[in-house]
Amino acid sequence: MTDTTTTADTRAVSDVPLVRALNVSKAFYGNEVLKGIDLDVREGEVVCLLGPSGSGKTTFLRCINQLETIDGGRIWIDGDLMGYDDRNGQLHRLHDKRIAAQRRDIGMVFQRFNLFPHMTALQNVMEGPVQVKGQGKGESRAAALELLERVGLQEHCAHFPAQLSGGQQQRVAIARALAMKPKLMLFDEPTSALDPELVGEVLAVMRELAQDGMTMIVVTHEMSFARQVADRVVFMDAGVVVESGPPAEVINRPQHERTRAFLSRLHAEEEHRREAIEDPLHGNDH
Amino acid sequence: MTAGTSVDQEARPGKIEARPVRHPWRYVGVVIIALLVAMIISSLVTNERWDLPFALRVMNYKPIIQGLIQGTIIGTVGAMIIGIVGGILLAMMRLSENPVLRGVAFLYTWFFRAIPRLVLLAMLGTGVGYLYPKLDFGLPFSQQITSAFGMSNDLTFYQLDVNSISNGIIIGILGLGLSEAAYMAEIARAGIQSVDRGQSEAAQALGMSNGKAMRRVILPQAMRVIVPPTGNETIAMVKDTSLLSIVPVTAELWYQITVVGSRTLKIMPTYVAGFAWYLVVCTILMIGQYFLERRFGRGFGTTAPGRTRMLGLGSREGGA
Ligand SMILES: Nc1ncnc2c1ncn2[C@@H]1O[C@H](COP(=O)(O)OP(=O)(O)OP(=O)(O)O)[C@@H](O)[C@H]1O
Ligand SMILES: [Mg+2]
Repeated sequence: MTDTTTTADTRAVSDVPLVRALNVSKAFYGNEVLKGIDLDVREGEVVCLLGPSGSGKTTFLRCINQLETIDGGRIWIDGDLMGYDDRNGQLHRLHDKRIAAQRRDIGMVFQRFNLFPHMTALQNVMEGPVQVKGQGKGESRAAALELLERVGLQEHCAHFPAQLSGGQQQRVAIARALAMKPKLMLFDEPTSALDPELVGEVLAVMRELAQDGMTMIVVTHEMSFARQVADRVVFMDAGVVVESGPPAEVINRPQHERTRAFLSRLHAEEEHRREAIEDPLHGNDH
Repeated sequence: MTAGTSVDQEARPGKIEARPVRHPWRYVGVVIIALLVAMIISSLVTNERWDLPFALRVMNYKPIIQGLIQGTIIGTVGAMIIGIVGGILLAMMRLSENPVLRGVAFLYTWFFRAIPRLVLLAMLGTGVGYLYPKLDFGLPFSQQITSAFGMSNDLTFYQLDVNSISNGIIIGILGLGLSEAAYMAEIARAGIQSVDRGQSEAAQALGMSNGKAMRRVILPQAMRVIVPPTGNETIAMVKDTSLLSIVPVTAELWYQITVVGSRTLKIMPTYVAGFAWYLVVCTILMIGQYFLERRFGRGFGTTAPGRTRMLGLGSREGGA
């Protein structure tokens, strides 16, 4: 666990598990998608989830954020049991309002951005603090502008999502999630809907975020990101965790045949896109 | 490409100055339409039975204008407010996870879409005051409870004399509004369902409650789909206010028109006056719809400068 790469070494990773998932299972109409997932994520840790299509990565992220209800197992975030109240061993489903409150501390970035198209970039970022936290408009605007600057988009604050490129939209989406000051950020293939030359700017933002100590669970097929930024790589297949460990071990010396097969398939694609990924965020003008 | 010597420059194709495709039949069509319009205008002016000056006087006659404002305009506005608010509530009930709400919304829509408006207004007009001359606001079954226990009737908080309003415009507006809500419910449901699921998920992920996600994220986007058919419904409602006379409502455009027509015996010119007022009101509504559509089209590519100008009014820059 300690032989992580250089960027990870500079951060303080605490021993308290911020996320604890135990034996999480989920089925859609009898189709078992998650079959007992265990995962602990400590505060400040960056975990990359890898796995073939249909292995249940998206479903697992959505379960953490309660966009899906789980059939079995438990998920705790910062000691809070998600979705239920445990009264002497008997679980009681929480009211929708309490579930909404639990989601506030978790930021989520979607594959397809899901920005609010009827609001400008700035309004998108202000929406959470103003509407959910009841924060003042002036304060929220200043914070939102700061966040947009952090993702390199301050000049685009008055643009509507339709007037932004995919990479810019995804960076606004990251800023929108960060505006809620989350304890945990979930990324579901944040770059897979982007043209190759736009992938780099989004990964650069995520890399900075990781360096600032954000706890992150990232579903991605970007191997160089996983290798350089992740503290831990978790490989999932068919609803179970196949193996998990530091990126150098899982990616370079996979122990399981399924992991090896998946990685070799990814490899060719990876080589293809390397240049775009290495693009620094603020190097060229957006 | 770099062989651009002086000789080659002349050979390179320049600006296109092509002849457009000719459409001779369009000119024929325009001529025919122009002839027809000229014939109609000439008939209106020369055939004195149309009596347009009289029609113009009828339009400005005080009871007519009163009928227009009280019955047609206020009636439309009132009924559409009830219809839109009720319709959106019904649509939200219809799409909720609560089976009771879903069932109620379905029954409501079924019931009110089955009743012709004329029949509904007639029944409300004569029936309410006849069946329920007094409307009590109190605990459910308070009259039955108090009489069973021999108490004086003190469980009623407020008593409304229905007959004092039953001839009024209020009954009419209520009837048209309740009926409209059933149609608006279907329009609003289509609008809400047209919004991508990812939008409500993004709102939920921010920690919004379902209600807030609906108000802030879903409905504003649904409006883009809801507004055009709602404009249609509003224009239809303007004309359906002419049904109010059955309630009966006398301060109403069409009723007044028939009264003036039968009194002056110049029936056709009077009808023309009424028709002209409907035309004016509907034209104004169509202009209003244009601006509403533009407002709710923000962020959907309809805000490009070229398409946002009409009647010389500049577009406001959409922004923070
Ligand atoms: N709402 C749903 N209803 C029914 N089946 C679903 C639903 N969501 C996901 N599934 C199924 O669950 C399985 C896992 O899907 P999931 O999206 O979690 O995979 P994934 O690992 O994210 O794949 P990808 O890499 O393609 O995104 C798939 O077989 C999918 O068909
Ligand atoms: Mg997925």
